[in-house]
Parts: sequence; C-alpha cells; structure tokens
Amino acid sequence: MKAAVLQFPGSNCDRDMAVALRRAGADVTIVWHKETDLPPGTDLVAVPGGFSFGDYLRCGAIAARSPISAALIAHAERGGFVLGVCNGLQVLTETGLLPGALMRNAGLKFVCKTVPLIVATEDSPFTQNLSKGDTLHLPIAHHDGNYFADPETLARLKGEDRIAFRYAENPNGSVDDIAGLLSENRRVLGLMPHPERAVDPAHGGTDGQAIFRSLVTQLTDA
Amino acid sequence: MRATVTVMLKSGVLDPQGEAVRHALGAMGFGGVEGVRQGKVIELDLAEGTTEDQVTEMCEKLLANTVIESYRIDMGA
Repeated sequence: MKAAVLQFPGSNCDRDMAVALRRAGADVTIVWHKETDLPPGTDLVAVPGGFSFGDYLRCGAIAARSPISAALIAHAERGGFVLGVCNGLQVLTETGLLPGALMRNAGLKFVCKTVPLIVATEDSPFTQNLSKGDTLHLPIAHHDGNYFADPETLARLKGEDRIAFRYAENPNGSVDDIAGLLSENRRVLGLMPHPERAVDPAHGGTDGQAIFRSLVTQLTDA
Repeated sequence: MRATVTVMLKSGVLDPQGEAVRHALGAMGFGGVEGVRQGKVIELDLAEGTTEDQVTEMCEKLLANTVIESYRIDMGA
C-alpha cells in the first residue's frame, strides 16, 4: 500500500502520520505542498494535523488552495483513499471533499486531552476492523473543532451512515457529537481526534492502530 | 481602487466569540447589549478596472466559506 503524507508550512503531525502508516505496513512518501502531482501509484493521501499557513484566513483555507490540493481532489474524485486528521479534516472541508465546516470550539478554549470516541459505523475501509459501538480513546488537540453542518447536510450524513465517530462527551460543541465523517463513496475519512498519536504504548495508548490497520488490510487485499 | 469585503457568520450559525464579547461587555457594566456578532474585514487594493463580479468570485472561492459565512462587497473609489 502506497501512502502520501502531504506537508504544508505549519503542518506538525506529518511525521507522526508517516510513522503510524509505516508501522501498519504502508510505503510512505512525504509530499511538499508545492508539488503538483502525487507519487505514481498512490493509494492513500493523508492530510496531517497542524496549523497549515498559521490558520490564516480560516483553518485549512489556504492549504486547500495549495498546488498539491488539486492533485488531492483529483485523487479523491477518481476513487482514491484519503485520511484527514485535525487540520487535515479542516482542509478536506475547505476543499469540499467533505461537507460542513469546523468552527471555533464552543468553549472558546484550545482543548488538548484524550477523549472517548464511539465508533458510529463499521462500514468503511477505516473502521472495518472495529465494531459499531466500540469505544476508542484518542487524543484531541484543537481550537477549531466545532463541526457544523446545516440540517439538510446533517440529515444526509445520518441517512447515508456517514458519521464515522462521535464524541462520548462533546468537547467542542460539534453538531450531533460528530468527531469524524466519511465521503459519499466512504473512501475519504476526516476526523478531529489524532489516531496517529495513539499507536505506541509510549504514547499512552494504542487505540489509533485499528484505523491504520483496517486501511492497510483493505488496500493490501484489494 | 479599493474593495472592502466584510465576512460574517451566517445568522443561523452560533458565534461563540461574539457571545463571549457580549458577556464581557455585560460584565463591564454596559447594559442593553442584546447580541454581538464578530466577523472580519478584508481590504483589497485592486488594479483599475477590476469588476465586482471578479471580487464576488474571490469571495466564493477563497475569502468566505459559504457553508458558514456570508459576505458583503463594497467597491470603493
């Protein structure tokens, strides 16, 4: 399985993402945002966490218009797999690959802690090794993680079983406790919590491994 | 020429920052502040002949996120 981890000025979880993917068995290349093409044969594009372009204008807004993002959009549109974490989810909503937007946390504070998440669907390449209703403990670290979608969009997400993870205790005001969501073809996942920060006992937990292993199993068997 | 773009959260979208400012004003003794909405102002210095339609396109494609934000354009002299 070939993975490309995008790197923008201000990304800071790019190397953690690469380590987590390599541990799960992926062949990983880090790709600078000024590149216009992904490495040939890329199966998965990972958009990492951080503060791309200093969160100027809106979180993820400038990164979503970077040269590499055109290649990211084309990859998703031809059915490629995409994983966006934290700032990566913000970038994915700004590109339009995922619906909705991330707003300032309802409590206005930056929230940095490990939180319980409920797996809301096992019907995705990212969650197939999990069971609906499972609880994962993953770190969150964000100031703008308050997921918003209008009522029509929210109804569609629910109707199509596209909510991947919900917070057990809502830390940021996200509508319907949404922590992660899927694209219509279920091959794009964006989530605010950081699975790549929970793949080693030294991290304090390994619950993030299941997501990377699900993905690598899916793409290696395919 | 100059254009001024005002970007605001849409009316149906809760603005936690505006709410915090409203609370602070109340705590400071300013009575009667019933609502605060916080937005941003973007000033564009533009080449002569730039049209409002072009600025609208800039708003739609980058300056505002129309999922949550509305915008107003004032074309100056």
